[in-house]
Amino acid sequence: MSTQLNSKIPAGPLGDKWSSYKEDVKLVNPNNKLKFKVIVVGTGLAGASAAATLAELGYQVDAFTFHDSPRRAHSIAAQGGINAAKNYQGDGDSVHRLFHDTIKGGDFRAREANVHRLAEVSVNIIDQMVAQGVPFAREYGGLLDNRSFGGAQVSRTFYARGQTGQQLLLGAYQQLARQVGLGGVRLFNRSELVDVVTVEGRAAGIVVRDLITGEVTSHAAHAVVLATGGYGNAFFLSTNAMSCNVTAAWRAHRKGAYFANPCYTQIHPTCIPQSDEFQSKLTLMSESLRNDGRVWVPKNQDEKRSAADIPEEDRDYYLERLYPSYGNLAPRDISSRAAKRAVDKGLGVGPLKNGVYLDFADAIARLGKDVVKERYGNLFDMYERIAGENPYDMPMRMYPASHYTMGGLWVDYELMTSIPGLYAAGEANFSDHGANRLGASALMQGLADGYFVLPYTIGNYLAPMLNKAIPSVDHPEFKAAELAARERFTGYLNIGGTRSPDWFHREVGKIIWDYCGMERTEQGLEKALSELPALYDEFKKDLRVTGNGESLNQTLEKAGRVDDFFQLGMLMCRDALERQESCGGHFRAEYQTEEGEALRDDDKFCHVAAWEWSGDPMTAKRNVEELEFENVHLATRSYK
Amino acid sequence: MSNHLKDIILKIWRQNGPKDSGHFETYKVDEISDEASFLEMLDYLNEQLITDGKEAIVFDHDCREGICGTCSLMINGQAHGPERSTATCQLHMRKFSSGAEIVIEPWRAAAFPIIKDLMVDRSAFDRIIESGGFITSVTGGAPDANLIPIPKPVADSAMDSAECIGCGACVAACPNGAANLFTSAKIAHLNLLPQGQAERYKRAESMIEKMDEYFGSCTNHGECEAACPKEISIDVIALANADYRKAKLKNRKFISRI
Repeated sequence: MSTQLNSKIPAGPLGDKWSSYKEDVKLVNPNNKLKFKVIVVGTGLAGASAAATLAELGYQVDAFTFHDSPRRAHSIAAQGGINAAKNYQGDGDSVHRLFHDTIKGGDFRAREANVHRLAEVSVNIIDQMVAQGVPFAREYGGLLDNRSFGGAQVSRTFYARGQTGQQLLLGAYQQLARQVGLGGVRLFNRSELVDVVTVEGRAAGIVVRDLITGEVTSHAAHAVVLATGGYGNAFFLSTNAMSCNVTAAWRAHRKGAYFANPCYTQIHPTCIPQSDEFQSKLTLMSESLRNDGRVWVPKNQDEKRSAADIPEEDRDYYLERLYPSYGNLAPRDISSRAAKRAVDKGLGVGPLKNGVYLDFADAIARLGKDVVKERYGNLFDMYERIAGENPYDMPMRMYPASHYTMGGLWVDYELMTSIPGLYAAGEANFSDHGANRLGASALMQGLADGYFVLPYTIGNYLAPMLNKAIPSVDHPEFKAAELAARERFTGYLNIGGTRSPDWFHREVGKIIWDYCGMERTEQGLEKALSELPALYDEFKKDLRVTGNGESLNQTLEKAGRVDDFFQLGMLMCRDALERQESCGGHFRAEYQTEEGEALRDDDKFCHVAAWEWSGDPMTAKRNVEELEFENVHLATRSYK
Repeated sequence: MSNHLKDIILKIWRQNGPKDSGHFETYKVDEISDEASFLEMLDYLNEQLITDGKEAIVFDHDCREGICGTCSLMINGQAHGPERSTATCQLHMRKFSSGAEIVIEPWRAAAFPIIKDLMVDRSAFDRIIESGGFITSVTGGAPDANLIPIPKPVADSAMDSAECIGCGACVAACPNGAANLFTSAKIAHLNLLPQGQAERYKRAESMIEKMDEYFGSCTNHGECEAACPKEISIDVIALANADYRKAKLKNRKFISRI
């Protein structure tokens, strides 16, 4: 029997849960807030907004980032926008509709109460960000403009050109910077979390490594927030930034925090394909391109002609053929899998035959080059800079890539992990997107968690701790964690093997991508689960890290991150193997409808899988939190 | 389609720490695809160095999409290299040819001390933002977002300035090591918006004075604008200077009456 997980969802009707929670929550008197220290790890949207707001309330906050500045966090790269149920367009939007779209988009694998709260606070986010000076796009009358996005029938996405993530992150960063200037937040940059410390079952603090000096130090606090992003870089090639990693969440997992639904990963259909074996990362091109671009591949595997010379009868516009009503705008997971099938059949285009065409020739003929340029000019320029081809003359080449992870640390309604006093926010937790995230919802969740949820829920935990002593950094648990961290990094340096951390990252990423990527099978996952431990053994014997541990050493940093990706990769495969159904981003080839769509099994798998550390990811214990749907009807998603 | 460049000679600045004097070292990349990005070429070189048992070259980078502002590098004396409005991470090897000799240095500015090799410390930028690069708005108290209409040209203009990625190319390109483009871009972004008016003059004053603690003075060379990967116009410097002058001339207690 598995452990019972208490999600602490408040009683009462769905729409009243959050307000009644806030009415009943314990408060900390303003003068007493000064007596509490909160550590926030990560300074992206969730971390920066949480740190700034907690400091504004009067808590002492220590914020940690491994970047040189909080403004570098990968939230900055989000292009499209942020959803909010403002109904400024008068097109029938409401909190309930945003809630419903998010639950359905997540393929009915998210918690109703969390998602409803997210939809409720979405409107506050927009107010807050505008007050901070985020220059959202506006209509000529001066009011805010909206665009529509996948998975919704209303226009509820607010945007700032193609740089919404940048503008929102800078807004949150500026609030954080203000608190740093006022002394409410102490900022530790170029400092990476290497362990989470628990004392008597509660979060007591963290151990960090100063990336410049290699020094390992402990930091104690009353509560710890991890806002450290997702684990998409487990695949090696992804649209994540180079330093995105799972270490903070994974170290917390090893200290007892449950890791939920690691197999829920999102593959974005429109990324620029890999161009050579040395490629370090993939670049996403906004989904909006599919509004006017037509996706196709040649019908013939041996096609040698350039795109423009291939006549209509030799082209397969496969999305239009397979999904006539949605066509090129079929959802992310469906479009991604269709592209994979075409490339797997040998119909891929480009020098490595690893892409599909996204063709704007018809749009240019219909609308004129100027209109196309006005709509997509900056994206076309970006494509040309990277791919070296002009998309006005030649179709773009696209291929799916890992881009977001819905899984993450298990949290309850208060965003607390299974370790009391340890919270997880933003992409680092698993809470709101179920098995698939809708476009423009990641920014919404990060800011909701940081600005509007954690500042309430943390007080509820801290209030009873008033004037009680907390363990100091001299506590043996801290000393033990410091020692383990030092030994860990010295260990990498002492292996003295022949392969670099990047080499291992590329290899482990390839296994995870091949068997736990867009399409998974029992056989493939079992293969991965035999290959991963073998490669991990090799990693431990044959790793080579040059340089030393006493000065800045990016090779050594990477070694620690790759180590954690190995362990996570095994858990991802185990989770994918155990979940014998298809839902959202998790597609098991054995479980599909006749049309090739995801086939859920609500009788057996309408639950969250929350994995418990046992000393080895291969033997981790699978706990279950049943999902109850009282307000929406469990239906099959159809995009035909 | 894909070609391979041969025999690229790299002269790269190596410096073991802030106190080390530093020197150039010459490396050769025998062959690299022209599809590779400039930083992938350095990744490749680092792989070779590790294979040879040598320490990899340290350089800052992260998103590799030209938006996070982490990457830097003076490439043949130009901040972010030869391609206009392009950050180093978006520069590709197809801009170079076989046999090319490429000199790679860190940002050179007194306010950006070298940490190691090609990595510098740009935290002076954070100090400037902390001194006033924000709008004070306590979480939870904001009025409805559509309460104050903002004319589209004003919002667009604020956005033009807000696009700054904080990479520091402007400082590296400036003969004086001035940070006026970075500082003024933030002042312009916030001072143009109605929400930014309450703190407008205080902001200009404190940010510019904080900037002066670290950076050199602007003498209108215009190199910053040419080096900026986001093509931020030096017009923002005029706007910030005008606000700074006003802040100094007027008694701030009476600003609200003007």
